[in-house]
Amino acid sequence: MGTGTGLGRVRGLGSARHGGGHWVLHRMTAVSNLLLMLWLLFSLLRLPTYDYQTIRLWLEQPIVAVPMILLVVSVFWHFRMGLQVLIEDYVHEEGLKFASLVALTFYTFGSGALAVFAIAKIALTGTAH
Amino acid sequence: MAQNRARPISPHLSIWKWGAHMTTSIFHRATGDGMAVVGAMVLVWWLTAAATGQESYDYFLACAASPVGRFVLIGLTWAFFQHLASGLRHLVLDTGAGYELVTNRFWARSTFVFGVVATAAVWGYLLFVKG
Repeated sequence: MGTGTGLGRVRGLGSARHGGGHWVLHRMTAVSNLLLMLWLLFSLLRLPTYDYQTIRLWLEQPIVAVPMILLVVSVFWHFRMGLQVLIEDYVHEEGLKFASLVALTFYTFGSGALAVFAIAKIALTGTAH
Repeated sequence: MAQNRARPISPHLSIWKWGAHMTTSIFHRATGDGMAVVGAMVLVWWLTAAATGQESYDYFLACAASPVGRFVLIGLTWAFFQHLASGLRHLVLDTGAGYELVTNRFWARSTFVFGVVATAAVWGYLLFVKG
């Protein structure tokens, strides 16, 4: 970190007019979450039962599997941004903050990939009768 | 960090009288971050169990039907509706509307009413109508 000019002191310390993009994406995914979560809620409420066969037959339809994958992407993206803000607000030590953000990114992509893979597997392999 | 600690900083929580908007705000964060951890885990477990097979899925169902499972699922439902209501309130506030004291307090309190009523409606339907 430079000690001379004002520019030298702030360089690498964050905001380079990227904050607006984060803010807008958080709202955009909020709206897609709203639509997709209401779809999931009402779809689940309309199912007769929640046993294995019913859920498999329901999830394997493209009309269900595709919005389900979109839901995982939208919700996980949104919560990654929310948890990022939480970390930035409360973790002030630079090293720990960086490590927390790395852990958060691994958690989001790891669990998100697992969820998308599970949906794809159900949709592409069909029901195990 | 090279920061001048003696520099005056903006007063934080300590000087303000607590209001409904502050409770709504912290609940928005808590429910969102709670769902990001617990809700995401449950969703991933449900999907992977369904993808794995009958045995895994039945284990998930048994856990979900247990008292602890029920508590978690009802809690997540409430967190979802609470976050949904305060999130919609956020979208309205983002347009610059709803900052008048009475209006702001009314909608801040309404989020809690909506959260509880919607959760009761969903679980009332699941447990007593569907059985």
